[in-house]
Amino acid sequence: MAQETRMLFRRIDEPGLASIETYRRLGGYRMLERALKELEPEELLSTLEDSGLRGRGGAGFSMGKKASFLPRGDMDKFLCCNADESEPGAFKDRELMQKNPHQLIEGVVIAAIAAGAGWAFIFIRGEYAEMADILDRAVEEAYEAGYLGENILDTGCRVELVVHRGAGAYICGEETALLDSLEGKRGNPRLKPPFPAIQGLYGGPTLINNVETLSNVPHIVANGADWFKSFGTEQSPGTKVVSVSGCVQRPGNYEIELGIPARDLIYGLAGGPPEGREVKAWFPGGSSAPILTAAELDLPYSFEALADAGSMLGSGSIIVADDTVSIPHLALRTARFYHHESCGKCTPCREGTNWTVKMLERVISGEATPMDLDVISSVQDNIIGNCLCVLGDSMAMPIGSMVAKFRGEFEAAIEAGRAAAPRPLDESPTDARPVPLEATA
Amino acid sequence: MSEGWVPEIRATDEMSAEERRRLVASMRPEDAEPVPELHEVDVPDELRERIESAMAKYPQIRSASLPALWAVQRHYGWCTPEGIRQAAAVMGVTPGYLESVATFYDLFRTSPVGRHSILVCHNLSCWLRGAEDVVDAFCEAAGVDADEVDHIGGSSEDGEVYLKGFECMGACDIAPMASIDERYYGPLTPADARDAIEQLRSGAEPLPDKALGKRGAAGGPEPEPDPRVKAGES
Repeated sequence: MAQETRMLFRRIDEPGLASIETYRRLGGYRMLERALKELEPEELLSTLEDSGLRGRGGAGFSMGKKASFLPRGDMDKFLCCNADESEPGAFKDRELMQKNPHQLIEGVVIAAIAAGAGWAFIFIRGEYAEMADILDRAVEEAYEAGYLGENILDTGCRVELVVHRGAGAYICGEETALLDSLEGKRGNPRLKPPFPAIQGLYGGPTLINNVETLSNVPHIVANGADWFKSFGTEQSPGTKVVSVSGCVQRPGNYEIELGIPARDLIYGLAGGPPEGREVKAWFPGGSSAPILTAAELDLPYSFEALADAGSMLGSGSIIVADDTVSIPHLALRTARFYHHESCGKCTPCREGTNWTVKMLERVISGEATPMDLDVISSVQDNIIGNCLCVLGDSMAMPIGSMVAKFRGEFEAAIEAGRAAAPRPLDESPTDARPVPLEATA
Repeated sequence: MSEGWVPEIRATDEMSAEERRRLVASMRPEDAEPVPELHEVDVPDELRERIESAMAKYPQIRSASLPALWAVQRHYGWCTPEGIRQAAAVMGVTPGYLESVATFYDLFRTSPVGRHSILVCHNLSCWLRGAEDVVDAFCEAAGVDADEVDHIGGSSEDGEVYLKGFECMGACDIAPMASIDERYYGPLTPADARDAIEQLRSGAEPLPDKALGKRGAAGGPEPEPDPRVKAGES
């Protein structure tokens, strides 16, 4: 039986954990004090880098390395915590903020000190109103206790923290769109380079990290890089809060050591699909991750193993589809989401998501031919790598993998649709017919 | 050019060079929408206070446009043109600018909606667990057209309920779920949907047993901590 390894989720249901008294009683904010009084920012940075902590928001880039890209010097620098968790299937940051907001705030302040940022922002998605209220209260408590503000714990160090509530746009989870939104604009992604580490918020150097990444920071500072590396695998150190949802008996967040078999997560912790059903397909890292099949359930759940299998760990969100689920319908639901959320700035994404939805609708309604599956695949190839951000790629990768791995099912759906709604061969899908010339006169 | 000449509205690439020159010459900076003067706009005190305190929180005041629109929506129930104009006056930006921001984000409403807002998730994890039936039950109980709910959202005739099918809201552990007046509820059955509408109409708290806030970690109570985690605790 698989077991959780709770580090961030330790005592997660302790009554009152969201309040500063309880958090402090359990040892909270001591690391911030230590970081301020005993350690130099350079030491903090090198500890974070040595720990090998990889970003938990999706890209999996080394957190310490990213922080080290910020230029040294006295200019205004910013830290943004990305709490715009909007990837379908992801809900780990929600539980972390809802139940242990001070762990995040402590991580934010330590990271801000390490990066030399005087301003920090938590960009929380607009739908998380309940969690934004909890964070607001926690930030207020932290200000009163002297962990935030102009003169933190009388050391002369300054970090201001603002909780910024979004208003419902998946694209704002993309880091440069997040910055535009935080500047009060429509959330359109920016051209990179320049990367945010050099020119980010208000044109200043900016470090952007996910909620779970920053929640790890106090633990790493407390116990050191080697201790952290004793969890997980060499290339994926630490624990990971994994959101498991869809066709499983016990959906929810489970904190595991990276590298355990995915089967232990899906069957062991989450209880597997309902009685009598089998796993047919699963997204290992949110709906943007290329889909995997039942044959791939024994893969280790780590950044490197999933990448080798042609997919990704992403934000660490598993969505399970059992054998009753139609893959073409699953594909249509997936594509509709990205079509809705495309900001419209880049043509391949705006048009590609739109036409993919239309083609998948045709597959299901019986208006497609098997040749259309090749068109769907080629559309995906034309999106990937051709836009300012990866929103379009996030649709193209799972749809492409579904058509590749379940092509037979798409073809059967096309045949079934055509049989159910037979259409004379001379009739085009739109019922358009040539108009006789004399009728136009 | 004669006084009162009005350019014809058509695509500029269909125009001749001369026509384009005339069009550009006819545009005057003073025709652009001005920033409303604060003394010319009557802003409710509470709204003004909210917006100004948001402006004070950021290094640059333009960052307050989202909080300002939230404040307008809270005050008027939706982002009314007048409310947007008031916020623009306080912030010193054009109403058009704030409107462009408001229309980008799904949670800002730029037309009147029902008093209670219900957003029902119809994304993957909820769909896999029966969200379609829940959406249908909500539509039927509220008397709102399902097609409308699927796209732009619709309000019930009595003006009590605004219903919209929504993308993943980050609560797949309680799928199928809905956000009712900014609080999460799930897992929902069609019967829950009917109850919720009835409770909202009678002024009661909706689905108290299904509120997310009351839910413990999925893995149950604390397992025996890993010795390494324990050793790391101060």
